[in-house]
Amino acid sequence: MQALLDSLIELIRRTSAEIPDDVQQAVLAALEREKKGTIAESALKIIERNVELARQKSQPICQDTGSVLFYVDGPAGLDQIALEATVRDAVKEATRRGYLRQNSVDSLTGKNDGTNLGPGAPTLHFHQHRSPDTHVRLILKGGGCENVGAQYSLPDEKLKADRSLDGCRRAILDAVLQAQGKGCGPGILGVCIGGDRATGYEFSKRQFLRLIPDRNPVPEFDRLEQDVLNTANELGIGPMGFGGRTTLLGVKIGALNRLPASFFVSVSYMCWAYRRQGVVLDAGGGIAKWLY
Amino acid sequence: MIALTSPFTEDKIRALKVGNEVEITGVLFTGRDAVHKYLHEGGALPSGVNLRDGILYHCGPVMLRDDRGEWKVVAAGPTTSIREEPYQGQIIRDFRLRGVIGKGGMGDRTLAACREYGCVYLHAIGGAAQVLAECVQRVRNVYLLEKFGSPEAIWELEVERFPAVVTMDAHGASLHQEVFAASQAELAKRL
Repeated sequence: MQALLDSLIELIRRTSAEIPDDVQQAVLAALEREKKGTIAESALKIIERNVELARQKSQPICQDTGSVLFYVDGPAGLDQIALEATVRDAVKEATRRGYLRQNSVDSLTGKNDGTNLGPGAPTLHFHQHRSPDTHVRLILKGGGCENVGAQYSLPDEKLKADRSLDGCRRAILDAVLQAQGKGCGPGILGVCIGGDRATGYEFSKRQFLRLIPDRNPVPEFDRLEQDVLNTANELGIGPMGFGGRTTLLGVKIGALNRLPASFFVSVSYMCWAYRRQGVVLDAGGGIAKWLY
Repeated sequence: MIALTSPFTEDKIRALKVGNEVEITGVLFTGRDAVHKYLHEGGALPSGVNLRDGILYHCGPVMLRDDRGEWKVVAAGPTTSIREEPYQGQIIRDFRLRGVIGKGGMGDRTLAACREYGCVYLHAIGGAAQVLAECVQRVRNVYLLEKFGSPEAIWELEVERFPAVVTMDAHGASLHQEVFAASQAELAKRL
């Protein structure tokens, strides 16, 4: 279906080249806050210029176009097999056009066939909903920030982190300290409290579908989000770890039930080049609406 | 802002201090995970790649080839450097590098090699792939493309006014160590 293929390629192009408004606003606010004449300010100025240049040139904001993560919400009866096949075609074509880097490597042979297709590449999460519409959201998450993600199993004696919200806070702030600037800060944290090792990380990434200025409907988590954000920004790690006032742009926390034996805190770090976009598809596969 | 222009002599490099902002003009060679492991294991440097008094850039660019067969840089920001920590000191020593560009900083062994052999770590702005690609005037050549694939190949790039910050100098100072220690102390007050 040509219209669907075109829509998906456009979704990939726009996600790679244009950061969403909420992220851009957060970056500009950080630039305002930084002390003038510091290397932190210089770093944010270059970031601001980069965002504009990528948009103008319709080229990747960052050369690491990352893990290609699709989140599809569709009605019962949606042909997932056909949609997945078209998504794969779109990824291959977007790579050929340079919207995505040749970024997928066979873990056994080390070969990169240049298509971005292979086991787990791209990743698709399907979810049914009662609406007749199909929503396709896309996150591109670079390897630098993926590598600084961390998972804690509480209690953690070294961190003095017990099975409480204070223990979660200690674990999350340790992740911020360990990450320093290596995940291309100022970053955004997605956190899952609970779940198992796999679902915890998966749910922590899903937090990146939220908007930066939104507030958590659960008061305890909302307080923790604001607390971690403010505390992290007092640590002086700053943009790129150069020192400065902005270490994080946002913190998003969700929770899954856990086993009595397990208490995981899974922290995913998203770089400032926070590439997230989404579309609502019309019946013909065209783009009816942009979601961010 | 300090103009750092080739030739990258030991004197120029030793004059740099942590916190200096520089703009680099000259030739850079890219090299990342596969190249470091390969050189560490004794792999031969392809003929045409000269790292002596050179600058190695931890970067896996997005490249496209135009109709005339010329390479064009689409996006070219730095990758995380710490992964090369097991190899970097030896490569600085063996090839007499004068600079390493990357992001996130490196560890004690690289810092010691910078001091001993006269090299600096230059931090580029992670994610700023378009601003940095604009500084590339020409792609001169590519090496080990078949063997390692495009992001991991050695690309020879002519750059002009490429912005970076000295975060590890040839005198044993590291901004990364300083910021880590200070932020750790601040965190301890807030737990």
